[in-house]
Amino acid sequence: MTQFSKDLSVFREEIRDWLEANCPEEMRDGAITERTICWGGKNWNFTSDAQKTWLDRASAAGLTVPKWPTAYGGAGLSRDQEKILQDEMGRINARPPLQSFGIWMLGPALLQFGTEEQKLEYLPPIARGEVRWCQGYSEPGAGSDLANVQSKGEDKGDHWLINGQKIWTSYADKADWIFALIRTDREAPKHKGISFILINMENEGVTTRPIQLISGSSPFCETFFDDVKTPIGNVVGEVNRGWDVAKYLLTHEREMISAGGAGLSGGGRAFGAILNDEVGGLSDPILHADAMRAEVDALSIGLTIERYKDMAESGQGVGDASAMLKYMGTELNKTRHELVMAAGGSDALEWEDGRAPHWLRTKANSIEGGTSEVMLSILSKRVLGLPG
Amino acid sequence: MAKLVRTEEEVMLADAARGFLDGAAPVSHLRGLRDAGKTHDPALWKDMSDMGWAGIMVPESAGGADMGAAAACVLAEELGKTLVSSPFISTAVIAATALKQVADDRANAALAKIASGEMIYALAVDETNKFAPEASEMQAKKVGNGFRLNGTKGFVVDGGLADRLLVLANTGDGLTLFDLPTDRTGIKRDTTAMIDSRDAARVTFTDVDATGDDVLGTVDDAMSVLKPALQAGQAALAAEMAGAAAGAFGMTVEYLKERKQFGVEIGRFQALQHRAAHLWSETEVTASAIMNAGRQLDENPDEAELAVSLAKARATATVQLAVQEGVQMHGGIGMTDAFDMGFYMKRARVTAEWLGDYGYHARKVAHLRGF
Ligand SMILES: Cc1cc2nc3c(=O)[nH]c(=O)nc-3n(C[C@H](O)[C@H](O)[C@H](O)COP(=O)(O)OP(=O)(O)OC[C@H]3O[C@@H](n4cnc5c(N)ncnc54)[C@H](O)[C@@H]3O)c2cc1C
Repeated sequence: MTQFSKDLSVFREEIRDWLEANCPEEMRDGAITERTICWGGKNWNFTSDAQKTWLDRASAAGLTVPKWPTAYGGAGLSRDQEKILQDEMGRINARPPLQSFGIWMLGPALLQFGTEEQKLEYLPPIARGEVRWCQGYSEPGAGSDLANVQSKGEDKGDHWLINGQKIWTSYADKADWIFALIRTDREAPKHKGISFILINMENEGVTTRPIQLISGSSPFCETFFDDVKTPIGNVVGEVNRGWDVAKYLLTHEREMISAGGAGLSGGGRAFGAILNDEVGGLSDPILHADAMRAEVDALSIGLTIERYKDMAESGQGVGDASAMLKYMGTELNKTRHELVMAAGGSDALEWEDGRAPHWLRTKANSIEGGTSEVMLSILSKRVLGLPG
Repeated sequence: MAKLVRTEEEVMLADAARGFLDGAAPVSHLRGLRDAGKTHDPALWKDMSDMGWAGIMVPESAGGADMGAAAACVLAEELGKTLVSSPFISTAVIAATALKQVADDRANAALAKIASGEMIYALAVDETNKFAPEASEMQAKKVGNGFRLNGTKGFVVDGGLADRLLVLANTGDGLTLFDLPTDRTGIKRDTTAMIDSRDAARVTFTDVDATGDDVLGTVDDAMSVLKPALQAGQAALAAEMAGAAAGAFGMTVEYLKERKQFGVEIGRFQALQHRAAHLWSETEVTASAIMNAGRQLDENPDEAELAVSLAKARATATVQLAVQEGVQMHGGIGMTDAFDMGFYMKRARVTAEWLGDYGYHARKVAHLRGF
């Protein structure tokens, strides 16, 4: 376990030296694409030795989950330290050593609602990239109306007996475990009868079937539970109070989606400059103007992400307002990829070129994790206090 | 950099300002001035000065509070919420920042008079219908040891009521900033009736004689004094615009909760809910850009250009959306002069142009970001 100084200027030196010594050269190309991401998990095939080395070294230092407490595999960094880490990684263009739903979603929920045993059991393997999680929220009849989930769990004393179907489960076919919203009380009002249950994907009765996306890849699946058994203690938070956990997790998911694909947080190259390079000058005035607008918005949304983190750190609850980040960030990301395609012209129309799949994938940004319309409804009711 | 969260001091400043302005200068105060054919209320400016606002950026040695750009933005935002008519930005922000760059005896004396509320300044830069200081052509011909100024400046905000003018002119070798009393021989001011009911003038200079003492900073190097002053002004103006957007938005959300049609509050209609939520989202994003500009100006002024242009561009887009949505969601009443929304709409249009419009600042952002 590497010990880092609390003194920020000393810390910056330490991190710089640590990165210099530990981040393999090949991991310094700043690439974050479907092909370069390290998702981890039991069945993970490392794309290179460097990817494995980078994960091992980073997780040994707690830097895959820098802000988590050291007891759970993190480095216990403060927000200021985390900013410096991001800065310094950005400076050498380091790839993130590990990305996962465990880090973005389940981790924060367990830290908030999990028992000490659950934290010790589930968090360190997430930090080390040994276990890969997927999210079992949506069902055919429960999309925007998520609280309408019908997959049911029966209390059988030492275990839950689970039956039902999930859909749009990203990477279910690659995941080791799933966190799922399961109806455990059919009599209660719909928000009050749901539990947040952890299920091993290797258990008997769990099957997945991939669904192909318009972008050509098939990262998400239908997931079926047929008489699946999971230990009775695998509930996060209280039984039938899973909706609280689910909502808390969603605020983290939304913040991640708002910043994630868009590359809005931290430094990052100007989007317009990237377009400029790709097409050899934005000669079309309309495209140029649109790129300027997108740049103004991107920088400002990036600052808003930072401001909201600062607010959270200083104890000012952000809560429902995270729906704003999700809405603004994802709509912008879609706009930016429209610009990429327009700048690319007919070159970008060939699959080989690689721009089209990204462009197509961004269309899901304003759907996954709650649609833009749902975000606006949350804001209008819970932040603005409008009736209805 | 300091966090993008208001400090306790900033929160107190905002609260105190709001408390005072709700009593002394609600929107009806501007309406009253307009109806009386006036653009300025000297008693209000005196009260604001007595509270230390005129001297918010003036050094303590000259009797100011020396609180910096972020604090000026906090005040400007409160002024914007109720469209307070005052020379705060021209005088307390722009002129004070320019004079501070020079800080010789004469400049310090002027700063003291700004802080006490005795002296009002206006900035005379524009020559065409768009802001373009670097392209100023107004002549300052070198004559002996001095200069002779000829030309016209338009959209001189607060130019009608100002005691002094900061005038940008071209000597042929470069741009020079002059600090002149408005009663100097050869200066003619025509006040212009502006849509926002605020003070502005067109100023004509005919063989106006100036000496080296009238130059602020160095001859042919106006920008080293003017640039920081413009940036402080642009950031404060962006904050004022965000305040105006918040004022218009607040009225609109209240109306959505009150007004009934089809037997229910119109705020139940999802079409309006989503438009209101979108507008609120835009205001939140703009607030971040403005807070960042204030922090950069205070902590890293030499690198603040990007942050300032970002803030002014965002504020311009946001306030214009806020007033347009404001009128639309009020229906017919939004179009009436008796209702305040029109004042917000007109002020939004004027502030959109002043000190650089959306395109000016978006181009700066793009340029600084390498395209
Ligand atoms: C790429 C991708 C990955 C995903 N990954 C996961 C995952 O890993 N795990 C998981 O559980 N889910 C996942 N999802 C599912 C996602 O959360 C849902 O698709 C989303 O919540 C929307 O639900 P729906 O598809 O049923 O659409 P619907 O809810 O049927 O919505 C259809 C349209 O109606 C609108 N609408 C619905 N209700 C309202 C309303 N009240 N007011 C106004 N408009 C409304 C919506 O905004 C949308 O435009 C993923 C989705 C995508 C696209």
